[in-house]
Amino acid sequence: MKQFIGFVKKEFLHIFRDMRTMLVLFGLPIAQLLIFGFVVTNEIRNIKIAIYDRSKDDITIKISNKIISSGYFLLHENLTNINDIENIFQQGDVKEIIVFGPDFAKKLEKERTANIQLLADASDANTANLIVNYTMAIISDYMKKENQLTETPFQIVPEARMYFNEEMRSVYMFVPGTMALILMLVSALMTSVSIAREKELGTMEVLLVSPLKPAQIIIGKVIPYVVLSFINAVIIIVLGYYVFNMPVKGSLTLLLAESLLFISLALSLGIFISTIAKSQQVAMFISMFALMMPTILLSGFIFPIENMPVILQWLSHIMPPKYFIIIVKNIMLKGVGFSYVWKETLILIGMMMVFIALSIKKFKIRLD
Amino acid sequence: MRNIVYIIQKEFIQIFRNRTMLPIIFILPLIQLLILVYAATLEMKHIDMIVMDKDLSSASRKLVSKFECSPFFFVNGSTFSIEEAENILKKDKADIILHIPADFEKKLYKENKSELQLLINAINATSAGLTNAYANYVIADFNKNVIAENINFFKPSFPKNININYSFWYNPELNYKIFMLPGILVILVTIIGMFLTALNIVREKEIGTIEQINVTPIVKYQFIIGKLVPFWIIAMFELAFGLILGKILFDIPMIGSLFLLFGFASVYLLVALGFGLLISTLANTQQQVMFIVFFFILTFILMSGIFTPVESMPVWAHYVNIINPVAYFMRVIRMVLLKGSGFADISKEFFSLLIYAFIILSLAVWRYRKTV
Amino acid sequence: MNKTPIIQVKNLVKKFGNFIANDNLTFDVYKGEIFGFLGANGAGKTTAIRILSGLSAPTSGKVKVAGYDVYRQTEQIKKNIGYMSQKFSLYEDLTIRENIRFYAGIYGLSRKVINERTDELLSKLNITNLGDKLISSLPLGWKQKLAFSIAIFHKPEIVFLDEPTGGVDPITRRQFWDMIYDAANESITIFVTTHYMDEAEYCDRVSIMVDGRIEALDSPEGLKNTYKAKNIDEVFLKLARTPIGEVGRG
Repeated sequence: MKQFIGFVKKEFLHIFRDMRTMLVLFGLPIAQLLIFGFVVTNEIRNIKIAIYDRSKDDITIKISNKIISSGYFLLHENLTNINDIENIFQQGDVKEIIVFGPDFAKKLEKERTANIQLLADASDANTANLIVNYTMAIISDYMKKENQLTETPFQIVPEARMYFNEEMRSVYMFVPGTMALILMLVSALMTSVSIAREKELGTMEVLLVSPLKPAQIIIGKVIPYVVLSFINAVIIIVLGYYVFNMPVKGSLTLLLAESLLFISLALSLGIFISTIAKSQQVAMFISMFALMMPTILLSGFIFPIENMPVILQWLSHIMPPKYFIIIVKNIMLKGVGFSYVWKETLILIGMMMVFIALSIKKFKIRLD
Repeated sequence: MRNIVYIIQKEFIQIFRNRTMLPIIFILPLIQLLILVYAATLEMKHIDMIVMDKDLSSASRKLVSKFECSPFFFVNGSTFSIEEAENILKKDKADIILHIPADFEKKLYKENKSELQLLINAINATSAGLTNAYANYVIADFNKNVIAENINFFKPSFPKNININYSFWYNPELNYKIFMLPGILVILVTIIGMFLTALNIVREKEIGTIEQINVTPIVKYQFIIGKLVPFWIIAMFELAFGLILGKILFDIPMIGSLFLLFGFASVYLLVALGFGLLISTLANTQQQVMFIVFFFILTFILMSGIFTPVESMPVWAHYVNIINPVAYFMRVIRMVLLKGSGFADISKEFFSLLIYAFIILSLAVWRYRKTV
Repeated sequence: MNKTPIIQVKNLVKKFGNFIANDNLTFDVYKGEIFGFLGANGAGKTTAIRILSGLSAPTSGKVKVAGYDVYRQTEQIKKNIGYMSQKFSLYEDLTIRENIRFYAGIYGLSRKVINERTDELLSKLNITNLGDKLISSLPLGWKQKLAFSIAIFHKPEIVFLDEPTGGVDPITRRQFWDMIYDAANESITIFVTTHYMDEAEYCDRVSIMVDGRIEALDSPEGLKNTYKAKNIDEVFLKLARTPIGEVGRG
C-alpha cells in the first residue's frame, strides 16, 4: 500500500510539474465554455442582407426598417436592379436578398395582397433555413399587427411557453455539451496517451516487474486524472453558474456523483484504448477520431439526434456522452431527481463495466 | 537543396512502413467524413407532439388532424392534465405539447379571437425556435382555412396578406450535406496534417535522433522544409480523396475552379502545418504537443464557422478569427465549391494566408534550435 | 605523428545555473590522434563533447574546432565533424541502407557516392546481405558499429564518440576499437569519451576528468609512470580520491 501511495504521488508530480500541460488542462475547459457560450450559437445575429425595393413606399420602408432593426440582420446594400444576384452571393458577404414587388402598398390596399420574394444563399442550408424563417416571422408579425388594427374575425392566437429555458438561451445546451466533451477528452485522451507513453519509452516493463500489481499501476496512473477531471467539472459548473447564469435546479450532489461516474467511464475507455495502441501517436489519433468529432456531432450536443438518419440515431446510442448530456440537462435545467435519470445512469455503468472487462481481457492476453 | 530530398524520402518511408498509423491516417478520417456528414442537420424532421385537447370540438379536432397531416409533427398521445403534460416534457417524451383550452371553438366563432398554448421543451433553443415556427405555420394555415370558410357570412373585408415566396440559391433542396462535407473535410485534413507535423519533430526529440541531425551541417530552413513537405503532400492527397468521395457519394457541387481551390489549399496547409511545426519546436514531449495542438485545433474548429455562421459571432470572435486559419479555408472552400466564387472573391483571404504562412514558417525556423 | 592542433580549448567553462559542469578546461587535440576523455558518470564529459560538436554553447573560454570558433561558426564545424551520441541515434524503423542514405544525404553527399560507399561499407563489415534489414532487428553491438560507421561516413576530420561502447559485450568492444583504429589510419581524429578504464589504454593520449576538471592529461604510459600505477584504473582511483577533486565541486 505504501508503495502504491508513493507511486500515485509520483504520477501527480509528473503531471503537476509540467506547466504547459497544466495550462492546457485547465485553460481548455474555460476557453471552450466561453467559446460555446458566446461564439457557437445557432442563433442568428448581424446577418448581412441586401434589399431590392421596387416600390419604395411607406409600407416597404416600414417592413425594411422592422427587419433591419430586429438585430438579426444588417443592411449591406440597397440594390437598384436584380441582375447581379449571382455576383453578390459569390462575394460571400450577403446571405439573403429581400425583393419587394412593384406597387406594394397600392396592391396591398386594393388587392389585399402583395408580394415579397426572399432569395437566400443556401450553400449553408441550415443557416439559410433559419434566415428565411426569421425574416418570414418578422414580416408576418408586421402584418398581424396591421390586421389587428382593422378588426379581423376568427383569429387564433397561439401563445408559446418555452419550458426549462424561457429566454431561449443556447448556452443551456452548450454547458452540458461542453462538460461531456471536456471530461471525455481530457480523461480518455490523457490516460490512453500517458499509458501508451510508458509503453513506448519502455518504462511500463519496469513498472510491471515492480512489486506493484498491474491493477494498482493502472489505478495509480488514473487517480490523478480523476482528480483533474473532477476539478474541471466543478470549474465548468461554477463558470456556467456565474458567467452564463446556468442554474443547477436539481441536486448538486447528484450532479457531481454523475460527473464522477462519467469521468470513470471515460477513464476506462482511455485504458481500453491504451491496451490496443502501441504508441502515443496511435493512442492519440484513436482518441481524437473516436471521441472528439463523434462527441461533438453524435451526442445531440449541437445537432438534435432525432433529426438524423436512422443509422446515425442507432450509432448515437453507443455514444456515452449522449447519456451524460441527458443526465446533466435533466438535473441542471429540469431539476429532476434520480428517478428521472436512473436509466441513463445504468447505461453509463454498464458501458464502464464493458470497457473494464475488455481491458482486463486484453491485458491478460498480453501478459501470457 | 539536395539534402531536403533525403529528409522527405525518409519521412515517407517511415510513414508507409508504420502499419498501424497508415489506416489511421488515410482510412479513419474518410469513414468519419462519410458518417458525420449526415449528422449535422438542423432540419426538423421529427417533432414529437402530445395533444391536450380540453375542447374536444370539431374545430379542435380539425386542428389536431392538421398537425397529424404535417410531415414534421408526430402526434403520439394525448393527456388532459397540465401536470402530466409538464411531466411528459420532463421525461423527454415530447418536444411540444399543444394545449387547446375548453372554450376554444366557442371563442373562435363568438368572440372572433381564441387562444392556444404551445408548451415547448426549450433546452435546445434553436430546435425550440424552429418547432415554434413550424407549429405557427400549421396553425396559421388552419386559421386561413377557417377564415376562408366563414368570412362570406360575416364580414366583407378580407384581411391584408403579404405573400412571401422564397427561393434557396445554390441548394434548392436545402441539402445540408453538401455544406457540411467540405467543412468536415477541412477539419479532418487539418487534424491529420497539423498533428502529424507537430508530433514528428518532437518524437525525434524523444527518441534522441534529433541530436544526430543537429550535429550535421543541415541549414535550419532546409530541415523545416523537409519536415513540412511530406505531410503537406499527404494532406493535399487526403483533401483530393475526400472531394472525390464527396463527388461520388454525395454529388457535392464543384462549381468553381478546382485549380483555384487546390491553390488556396496549398497555402492554407502551409499555415496549418507551420503551426504544428512551431508548436513542436516549443515542446519537449509528444504529450505536451498533443495537448497544445488539441487546444488550438478545437478552438479553431469551433470558431471557424463550420456549424454556425461566423457573422452571428460577437465582435471579439471576429478578431480572434483573424489568426484562425481554419476560418479562412472554411469560408473559401464553400464559396468556391458551392457558389463558384473566383479568385477576385477570395483574394483577400488568399493574400492574408500567404502572409500568415510566411510569418508562421519564419517563426518555426527561428524557434527551431540546433543547439541546446 | 605531427603536432598540428585540430581542437584548441582554453579556459572552457560551462555552467548550468549554479552547477559548474566544465570547470576551466584547457587542452589541445592533435590531428590524427585518438584522444580519450575519461571520467565517471556525471564528470562533465558529455557536456564538453556537446560544446565541441556545436550542440551547446560554452559559458566562457576560447574553443576552436577544425579551425572554427564554437561561438560563431558552429555550422562550419558541423561540416567537418562526425558525432555519435550516447543515446542510440539510428532510426529503428528504417533499414541499414536507408539510415545510411538519410544521414549521408543531409551531409550533402551525392546519390552516386552514397551508393558506392554503402556497398563498400557493407562488404567491409561483412553484412552485404543485411543491407535491407530494419535496424530494430539487429543486436545492440551491430547497431553501435553501424552508428559509428555512419558518423564517419562523410569522411569528417574529427569524430566525437560519446560513450560509444556502453552496454556492449567485450568481444564487440574489441571489434569496435578495431574500427576506431581503421578510422584513425584514414587520418580521422578521434575524440572518445568512456568510463571503461581499459579502453583508455587504446588511446594515444588520455585526459582524466573529475568533477568537471581535467585532473591529468598524458599518454597512457606517461600517466602510469607519473602516478606509479600498474594500469589506468589505478591512476583514476588515485586521482578521484585526492582531496582536490572534492574541492572541485561548485
